Amino acid sequence: MIEVKKLHKSFSGVEVLKGISTSFEKGKTNLVIGQSGSGKTVFLKCLLGLFDYEEGAIEYDGKIFSQLTEDEKRNLRAEIGMVFQGSALFDSMTIAENVMFPLQMFTNQSKSEMEDRVNFVLNRVNLEDAHNKMPSEASGGMQKRVAIARAIVNNPKYLFCDEPNSGLDPKTAIVIDNLIQEITDEYQITTVINSHDMNSVMEIGEKIVFLKDGLKAWEGSNKTIFKTDNEVVTDFVYSSELMKKVRQMYIEEKQ
Amino acid sequence: MTYLSNIGAYFLMIVEMFRKPTRWSVMKKLILKDIDDLIIGSLGIVAFISFFVGGVITIQTALNINNPLIPKYLVGFATRQSIILEFAPTFTSIIMAGKVGSFITSSIGTMRVTEQIDALEVMGINSLNYLILPKTIALLLYPFAIAIGMFLGIFGGMAACVFGGYTSLEDYILGIQTDFQSFHVIYSFIKTFVFAFILATIPSFHGYYMKGGALEVGKASTTSFVWTSVVIILLNYILTDMMLGR
Repeated sequence: MIEVKKLHKSFSGVEVLKGISTSFEKGKTNLVIGQSGSGKTVFLKCLLGLFDYEEGAIEYDGKIFSQLTEDEKRNLRAEIGMVFQGSALFDSMTIAENVMFPLQMFTNQSKSEMEDRVNFVLNRVNLEDAHNKMPSEASGGMQKRVAIARAIVNNPKYLFCDEPNSGLDPKTAIVIDNLIQEITDEYQITTVINSHDMNSVMEIGEKIVFLKDGLKAWEGSNKTIFKTDNEVVTDFVYSSELMKKVRQMYIEEKQ
Repeated sequence: MTYLSNIGAYFLMIVEMFRKPTRWSVMKKLILKDIDDLIIGSLGIVAFISFFVGGVITIQTALNINNPLIPKYLVGFATRQSIILEFAPTFTSIIMAGKVGSFITSSIGTMRVTEQIDALEVMGINSLNYLILPKTIALLLYPFAIAIGMFLGIFGGMAACVFGGYTSLEDYILGIQTDFQSFHVIYSFIKTFVFAFILATIPSFHGYYMKGGALEVGKASTTSFVWTSVVIILLNYILTDMMLGR
């Protein structure tokens, strides 16, 4: 479980996060949503320790991140898997080498054990035949799946995904969403996903935190988001014609 | 103020580069890859330039020595001194600042832009150690490339001399043997080690701390070339004054 308490973060005097408090439970897909510029990526980077913050605290299963020693931070980070928006695969390595990388860095496994594990996770993300391809030879969807495979190869306790569906067609985006949810359930990982994709919200939003201008504007789930009267949320959720029609149908059904 | 802050950040980067070392099994592969990319991959251009610049030095020296009282073997002597003392260590390092320096800045800068450095940090890896230390160690072999440059420069001078008819082979060989001081070669290699460290770290600094996108990667490469060259020229003066000055 990850707990965030009154998180404040500024850049050059401009406050980007204005005291966000929330928690992310184990075994659930937790979505952080909001418009571009709402502070989602900064929030995620603070969780990961890539940005220092001025005030507040982040607790990983009771351990306050800012109070950990460098070694303890390094050990904690070895338990974190991250899927970046642009996949962030190492372009000088093949797909198999990318996935094997965390094992080489943090485990004492033999080469055959590592290869077995890489085969297993690549099969798990349906990339059985992509071992020797370079990242540049893979499609956007494949790159995302490789990034997920790399993130889970070392059995992480926490999985972070920054807009895992950006740049993907709707069908592939659903495949990626479902894959993340399956993996979260299967390995009981605490998963935090940054997204502004409403499909993801509906598909896998077991917990949703809505950010607006650096503040938490709403918190709920995919079951409650369509029932809320919070104007900030409804304005975001029903911004497309399709979603407006879905809402109309929901209201008519209710009447 | 920005310059001072950048100088401070550069030295902090060097200190950080030696902390939290990457596993030797991984580091070994990175070093070998960087030796291939930075040293082996540069031998062709170093050899080509050294050979022809050696030839040009010989021709120009021969054409300027037209006084019959000056012995012909001075052509070989002047070529050797020019190549060992300045051309091979300094001039080649400026060329390498363009070739190797731009490669280092653009490759690390692209990793920054595409969040690959963030990926390393999230995994708990000291990205400075992982990215920059192997390049610094690989460039310890840089004097090897310079030694080849010295040999080919003197050889190029000999070829120009003989085939251009500027002086005889015997005079040229006598010239390159005349008043040889081994300390000049030591001085040259000491400079080369210092330049190798500069060639690895300044371009890495500009790539690692760059901000922005693809356009900024290009700008960072240009800035890195300028600063690497400036520092090499300044250190060349300081080291020469320290080791050869009165």
